[in-house]
Amino acid sequence: MNPMIKWTTLALAICLPLSAQAHRAWMLPSATVLSGDEPWITVDAAVSNDLFYFEHVPLRLQGIGDAAQAPAGGPPGMRARPTPALQIVAPDGSHASARNGSIGRYRSTFDVQLSQKGTYKLAVANSGLFASWKEKGELRRWMGSAENFAKDVPANAEDLKISQTSSRMEVFVTSGNPTESVLKPTGQGLELAPVTHPNDLFAGEAAEFVFLLDGKPAADVEISVIPGGNRYRDQLGEINASTDAQGKVSITWPQAGMYWLEAELKTDKAVAKPATERRASYSATLEVLAP
Amino acid sequence: MPKRLLLPLALLSAPLLAADMDVTVEIPRLQVAEYHRPYVAIWLEKPDQSHAADLAVWYDLKLKDKEGEKWLKDLRQWWRRSGRSLEMPVDGLSAATRAVGTHSLKFSDSRTPLQALPAGEYRLVVEAVREVGGRELLRLPFSWPPQQTETQSIQGESELGAIRLTLNP
Repeated sequence: MNPMIKWTTLALAICLPLSAQAHRAWMLPSATVLSGDEPWITVDAAVSNDLFYFEHVPLRLQGIGDAAQAPAGGPPGMRARPTPALQIVAPDGSHASARNGSIGRYRSTFDVQLSQKGTYKLAVANSGLFASWKEKGELRRWMGSAENFAKDVPANAEDLKISQTSSRMEVFVTSGNPTESVLKPTGQGLELAPVTHPNDLFAGEAAEFVFLLDGKPAADVEISVIPGGNRYRDQLGEINASTDAQGKVSITWPQAGMYWLEAELKTDKAVAKPATERRASYSATLEVLAP
Repeated sequence: MPKRLLLPLALLSAPLLAADMDVTVEIPRLQVAEYHRPYVAIWLEKPDQSHAADLAVWYDLKLKDKEGEKWLKDLRQWWRRSGRSLEMPVDGLSAATRAVGTHSLKFSDSRTPLQALPAGEYRLVVEAVREVGGRELLRLPFSWPPQQTETQSIQGESELGAIRLTLNP
């Protein structure tokens, strides 16, 4: 394969979990259920094949280390994509900041002090347009914001296909009693609206989640749930499910551990021009405790 | 009035009489390179595992900056059912960790928490977790209030020794 195309595909795979590429982007918190006075967590963030091992590239986040110096999963000279922002929402709705951020060859890492009691949300959200077209017989791809679209993409391009994309990656951590305030959806893109609190998950119990697209229940969302630690087992152990007409899905956790949940939706309904289809993805790292 | 009618009356009025509960918990001696006294939570749950009443929590109260509370979540069943909604320390509940040996606790229905405990089916739950060690959780089912003096026990296998529950009407 032409190395340029290979790297472009890989870079796309990182931003667009809808593609067939196996790379997975994730954040892994050191704990999700905490006690004591203003406890700390540390979070690793990476893009990898196996969960949750650092073996490919770090997850680049604004303000976490020197992202410009870090491997981005692309070839030298590739146009750098904007580095996404990390949001840390405290139980009272205020924004907390990450501490001790750094970025290495395989992972980025940062700390968060939970100064308030209740549930915090860590989120990385992205949205924009994805276009592909043919130029002199060669396939071209572009990702960016709606504002830059007209500037960067020729309007009369051959075989032009435009998708509206959004992705969101989340982690929940709780100090003391779980609270609900950070679970309120933003109303944009594909989101998780938990019925079961995401820091109250136990092996052998079923958890119920509702998925929303732009704040409305989303039917037929494909859900994949993979337990971490697959380096040391033969089977991926993936649980597949899809949401019902009310956007609801129920997952029964087979054992305790860290899980990676990914939800994807492709639709041609309610698509904003110039896009003709919509691709939305959501992922979360969830900790399931032993009863 | 015939005596055989008096007896059921006496039973029906049992909640009005003083009933009490003795709980003994054995912390076993372990042959390990690094030993720390376990954190222990003792509570009552309903048959559906919902929380009914806390009896005791033994943890490291003396560490500075409440550092000992950081590990309370490792009593993970108790943390889920009760601990996470409490502001520690709690009077009459929080206590220091205990040494190897058998420890006896006495609870009476004239005082909290048994005072407010409605009649019904319950389980005594004892959960122990040890720093750089393991965790063990044991349950003993019983009915409250007791109709007669009864004693039950269960033997732990790793972090707990014998647990004994004696109920007196």
